[in-house]
Amino acid sequence: MRERLVVIGNGMASVACVEQILKYSTKFDITIFGDETHVNYNRILLSSVLAGEKEFEDIILNDIDWYRHNGITARLGVRIVNVDAAARTVTDADGGVTPYDKLLLATGSSPFIPPIEGVAKSGVFVFRTMDDARRLIELAGLGVKAAVIGGGLLGLEAARGLQVQGCEVTVVHLAPTLMERQLDSTGGLYLQRKIEALGVRVLCDKSTAALIGGSHVEGLRFSDETTIETNLVVIAAGIKPNVDLGIKAELTVRRGIVVNDFLETSDPHIFAVGECTEHNGQIFGLVAPLLEQGKALAATITGNRGQQFSGSVPAAKLKIAGVDVFSAGNFDESAPGVEAVRLEDPSLGVYKKLVLKNGRLEGVILVGETGDDHRYMEWLRSSKDLTSQRRHLLTPPPPPDGGFDVAQLADSETVCGCMGVTKGTIIEAIHAHGLSTLGQLKDRTRASTGCGSCTVLCQSLLRAVAPEFQEDRVKVLCDCVPFPQEKLREIVRSQRLKTVQEVLDVYGNSIGCEICKPAISYIVDMVWCGEHGEDRSARFINDRVHANIQKDGTFSVVPRMRGGVTSPAELRRIADVAEKFKVRMVKVTGSQRIDLLGVNKEDLPKIWEELGMPSGQAYTKGVRMVKTCVGSEFCRYGVQDSTKVGIELESRLENLYTPHKTKMGVVGCPRNCAEATVKDIGLVGQEGSWQVVVGGAAGKGVRKADLLITVETSEQALEGAELFFQYYRENANYLERTYDFVERLGIEKVRRETAYAPEEVREGLLDRLHKSKARSSDAWLERRSPRTTQFVKIQPMETMREERS
Amino acid sequence: MGPGEWIRITPVENVPLREGRSVQIGEVSVAIFNLGDRFVALENRCPHRGGPLADGIVSSAGEAVAVTCPLHNWRVCVASGRVLKPANEGACRVRTFEVKVEEGVVLLSVRPELVEASA
Repeated sequence: MRERLVVIGNGMASVACVEQILKYSTKFDITIFGDETHVNYNRILLSSVLAGEKEFEDIILNDIDWYRHNGITARLGVRIVNVDAAARTVTDADGGVTPYDKLLLATGSSPFIPPIEGVAKSGVFVFRTMDDARRLIELAGLGVKAAVIGGGLLGLEAARGLQVQGCEVTVVHLAPTLMERQLDSTGGLYLQRKIEALGVRVLCDKSTAALIGGSHVEGLRFSDETTIETNLVVIAAGIKPNVDLGIKAELTVRRGIVVNDFLETSDPHIFAVGECTEHNGQIFGLVAPLLEQGKALAATITGNRGQQFSGSVPAAKLKIAGVDVFSAGNFDESAPGVEAVRLEDPSLGVYKKLVLKNGRLEGVILVGETGDDHRYMEWLRSSKDLTSQRRHLLTPPPPPDGGFDVAQLADSETVCGCMGVTKGTIIEAIHAHGLSTLGQLKDRTRASTGCGSCTVLCQSLLRAVAPEFQEDRVKVLCDCVPFPQEKLREIVRSQRLKTVQEVLDVYGNSIGCEICKPAISYIVDMVWCGEHGEDRSARFINDRVHANIQKDGTFSVVPRMRGGVTSPAELRRIADVAEKFKVRMVKVTGSQRIDLLGVNKEDLPKIWEELGMPSGQAYTKGVRMVKTCVGSEFCRYGVQDSTKVGIELESRLENLYTPHKTKMGVVGCPRNCAEATVKDIGLVGQEGSWQVVVGGAAGKGVRKADLLITVETSEQALEGAELFFQYYRENANYLERTYDFVERLGIEKVRRETAYAPEEVREGLLDRLHKSKARSSDAWLERRSPRTTQFVKIQPMETMREERS
Repeated sequence: MGPGEWIRITPVENVPLREGRSVQIGEVSVAIFNLGDRFVALENRCPHRGGPLADGIVSSAGEAVAVTCPLHNWRVCVASGRVLKPANEGACRVRTFEVKVEEGVVLLSVRPELVEASA
């Protein structure tokens, strides 16, 4: 008979250990008991779920198929209440008895609830499980005043998550500075400034005496008799190992279940792993050492005893976007032989401290800049003698080389999929033509001129093969106007340049090209809010005739159909026009509009006139559409009037131009039928509130939009969208989609500078948007006063025949 | 070339500064560009996929002035008709035409063999 291995606990430590066991041996019949009903998920990322950066599904580590596939019996939602070590059985809460040959205790830990008066009131939560996170997301929202008791790693992450969900949050911390277990007091103060800058209130050195209110919490009273108002409390005051079953099994238990270097307990049939254990007097709350434990235990339990767990360097990283904090090792500098190396820059908010003992790294604290954490961890683990590196301890090492080894790529392998260019072709071209820049490589081979995703690869090939490889200088707009776009925007503004030609004459080669002219056209329009000198010769043909050029030189016509809502009369007119002008194809687009394809340039003004509808801007880098679902007017599930809000959003932004096309979506409930979460800007209706999401994509890449802000009213949602829209117009580079833009800046920065910006900043954005909007107009109205020969085909004044005759 | 080969096309103001316009001469569509100090003309057909060069953006290409085809951004030298970008494609030259301005009218020199099939 196969040995029966019973695992109590279905968390990260236990499942990681089981995964290791499966690598050694399949001799066990494995049963895993978990008191949560969920499969194994990444508990560390619960705070990212709370902050809206991840969905629950995203943090699942082992789905149910994994259990099935490995023949593991998963008993989820079953709590084990007793272990009979003599009989070798475990008993669950329903009285069911399961025998074992080997027992693995991975019962984890529980939140420590300090004995404060009133903690039993409703509205008081802990933040430990997926269910906790779900409940907090349900209750959090605008107008909710939340308090987090505990300013450690978990407390701060919970606070930020609640704030992003719309709550007004205060962190209450007992110690004088935040995260005092991982940071010294200076580091704690730097961190506090960053947390406060996000809009979270921090009260340090505060001891909570009581939770006040009726049956539901209404506030906190502190030992100094001051109070704050709150209707939601999260307690994050530390954890305590779950040792009950260890005691029942009569194991040696101190703070945790005591294990040796092989993860054996005092009972030869029982092993323990994870946060429930105590090893060499140390207990654990971070994940890395638990995975190390799992490896040693897997060896032990499968009869390969030998690998030892020798404790670990404690390391912690705060997961709050925009607040970089890393700490590892021991940073007590009072011990003899210990010295500290520091760097402090209050303006940058950067604080770094290395603690060295006899020339070896003992501990590290990084606040505000944590890019080097791998290097320091390596020094800590290896106890390397750093004497020779003393001058460079706090400066970054030379940049690592790409990571991907181009040498391993076969010559026949395609590097650029868009243009079908192989590695061999690129190397040949580099040698044959002495190419040394990416620009030259693009011109010569056309590699990297499509979607651009192979750019890094092309650069590493150049670096490896070209003898005189030059990194392309600062990313300039193009050779004609050799300035980065950011600089150009500033030049246009400060030098008061209103036309493309002025910019080209003064800052460029006076001719320009198809790359810089449309970009500068955009910049002068945006900077001067439409009060620029329009120069059509600098525009792409689509923007000269307000239609999209097709492969045969004909054009397509897409009228605006706000929110994708039309009428019988409109549809009749479209049908009539399509027949009258013998339109070659009538196509319903992905943007809930109708495309008339195969139209001659000369016919455009007549078609627009007969349609009597505004331009849908489907040909330009501008406001495309707002896609909507049916919403609360008709849909059984709708909770917000998505069509009405969508039409309003489209009306407010239409006719404006953006760095790249801007597609939007508004949905009336989280079922997301109009796919608002993969749009540049999306409004997601919820019961009583809206989420404004930005930077989504469903093109060559798929990117889920980031949550900008959660608001109560439709008007606030529209304003959130407007703020981001104008911010994108003003700060993105031409041809940069919102998803690249948001990724480049980071959603935290975007939030800080739009929805969470000071009032005067927000007003400025809205003023400039409204000014641009006031000066904009439907491009198709040019049919009534066209520019010179804008649409007409020039007829020669005489023909050859007349000449000859 | 005899005087009869110049064809009066259109008043100069019909071709806006730095833009192109197409004109049909017999079977051939010709793109005429107004470069400010001069007019140039070439066949209105990109050697790549036949894109309408008259709808392109006037661009600099090194020392030369080119027009960028609106379909796939090939650059064609407006003086020589050579394809400048992508380099080394072995694409054939685009036919060019002589242009002059007289009394405010653009005139095009068309060699008769090009328009043999002309109506």
